[in-house]
Amino acid sequence: MIEFRIDRRSGVAAYLQLVQQTRQALRLGLLKPGDRLPTAKEVVAATAMNPNTVLKAYRELERDGLVEARRGLGTFVRQSLARPEAASDGQLRAELTAWMDRALSGALEHEDVEALFKAVLQEHDLRTPEGT
Amino acid sequence: MTEGSAALDAAGLGKRYRRGWGLRDCTFQLPPGRVTALIGPNGAGKSTLMRLASGLIRPTSGTIRVLGQKPGRKGTHRKLAFLAQDKPLYRSFTVQEMLRAGAELNPGWDHDYAARLVAEADVPTNARIGTLSGGQRTRVALAMALGRRPALLLLDEPLADLDPLARKEVMQTLMAEVADMGMTVVLSSHVIADLEDVCDHLLLLAGGRVRLAGDIEDLLGEHRLMIGSRDLELPPHTVVEARTTERQATVLVRTTERVDANGWEEHKPTLEELALAHLRSARKEVAA
Repeated sequence: MIEFRIDRRSGVAAYLQLVQQTRQALRLGLLKPGDRLPTAKEVVAATAMNPNTVLKAYRELERDGLVEARRGLGTFVRQSLARPEAASDGQLRAELTAWMDRALSGALEHEDVEALFKAVLQEHDLRTPEGT
Repeated sequence: MTEGSAALDAAGLGKRYRRGWGLRDCTFQLPPGRVTALIGPNGAGKSTLMRLASGLIRPTSGTIRVLGQKPGRKGTHRKLAFLAQDKPLYRSFTVQEMLRAGAELNPGWDHDYAARLVAEADVPTNARIGTLSGGQRTRVALAMALGRRPALLLLDEPLADLDPLARKEVMQTLMAEVADMGMTVVLSSHVIADLEDVCDHLLLLAGGRVRLAGDIEDLLGEHRLMIGSRDLELPPHTVVEARTTERQATVLVRTTERVDANGWEEHKPTLEELALAHLRSARKEVAA
């Protein structure tokens, strides 16, 4: 079962961090359709975070159609986010690997590449609305 | 408010002591099922507010409603529990006697629950309260408060005596109760970082007045922390606080939109940054 954590330094709202962690788990195939998410009480008992944060995250995931709440049973995964493009034999991944090879064989160090990747991703995020 | 009637509802609430106003003209609502951080410097009125809600003292002006009712002559509302900073327990009682007293004094007392909380905290039940460590006393006092099965729990500096592990355990207990029973909690603390993960609502007091109140995510979303050279022009928004060093300026502005001002770096504030900026600006107003 998925375990949540909150990074207070990230500047991302706590419930959004839970949404992102769930989406990430769906993307990586750690969560699959039919899996039950931990109840708010289970999350709280393990982490001492506020249960309303968990409930808010689950509402958001439900609105996106990724999970569904079944009364008295819990919240279940409806849809996977695993994408073929991200798999090890995907086209986009191959392109990124080629780009990474080029960057690292040139003048850039590991940290430079990381910073550049994040900066470009951030530029992109700023041009599009939050949370997408 | 959209979540039904408020757990705590203050209108023009004030309390005057001989030395002056402890709380003045406070109007706010705390939504049910939420965990409120009550933040403010010493003398801001945090304890006064909790004592007013508990019916231990009476307002000089305005009204306070607890779960829809004014605290009356019958004393503390049956569904309210208040854990004061000094954790009033009978020092000569054993833990077991204390729990039995809880059963006698409180209608609707849940003995099994209170006893389980004490057992979980590894407090020996035959020990006298006076011989317990500060942390153990806190755990017993918390069990006494939760044994009432309150709908509204007020905790005045509950974490002060606790080591990090006990803090986490106490918070897990409290949050489980919120998840399970929809209990409303108000927590005061000087250490804002202690409250960041657990609270979803904020009531910021300074000088006996409400400086900021609302849903924490909403409030954080309504503020931006701008960092830039001190020579830059201030962004054209409501400035909560501007601080400068030799070269740098740090400015908290209140806006729901991205500021996008030239030369300024824009950050989302943490709860601590938000609260401290508002408290410093309140202090400046008083000094001016």
